[in-house]
Amino acid sequence: MRVRYFAWMKRTVGVPDEEITPPPDVRTVGDLVVWLRNRSAGHAEALAEGAAFGAAVDQRTATFDVAIAGAREVAFFPPFTGG
Amino acid sequence: MSVRVQEADFDVGAELEQLTRGNKRIGGLTVFVGLAREMHVREGLHRERIDALTLEHYPGMTEKALREIEAEACRRWPLEATLIVHRYGRLEAGERIVLVAVGSPHREAAFEACAFLVDWLKTKAPFWKLEETPAGEKWVDAHEGDDVAAARWGKKPL
Repeated sequence: MRVRYFAWMKRTVGVPDEEITPPPDVRTVGDLVVWLRNRSAGHAEALAEGAAFGAAVDQRTATFDVAIAGAREVAFFPPFTGG
Repeated sequence: MSVRVQEADFDVGAELEQLTRGNKRIGGLTVFVGLAREMHVREGLHRERIDALTLEHYPGMTEKALREIEAEACRRWPLEATLIVHRYGRLEAGERIVLVAVGSPHREAAFEACAFLVDWLKTKAPFWKLEETPAGEKWVDAHEGDDVAAARWGKKPL
């Protein structure tokens, strides 16, 4: 599974994307957030509890209770500021 | 019905000409052009001028999100033509960022659908602005007013 980070989260984590293989008990976006926090201090900071960020599963906006089973790509990003 | 995400600038006149050519059912065409504006922000004791910004986006998801927003507008209003062109990359103050154009037999639908598209794309399309100031770069925070503007069209999630 590929995980992607955007805007300031990319800089805080230190990489724009990475290939990961989470254990089977990581079932939802929220589970993945908790699991990713352990990868580095940058991950822990970017994905910290209370940090304002959203997620997408296979390029579709997803809440943290959405399952990630079978997903090819999960992305994390700050609130959108386009337009 | 068309959505484009591109680094290059666009020609508003040429885009509108192409959008409406041959369609005689359009009675009203509304257009929104968003520009990068010069702004001043407080940085510590100083006021800094923002001269440029860089728009980052999520290739793939951006186009999908814009197409879904466009489809939603077409479900809500009787539209003959829609166009969204959104730029990314580095933009200096005064440059065009986004073009939204809506053609309908009647002006009410054209006005409303255009406002809807702009409100929703600000909160539902994955773009992020990075501002350049003399003191350095700064990611723009989401604007609460944008959520309020988007919410007035109802809460139907995409």
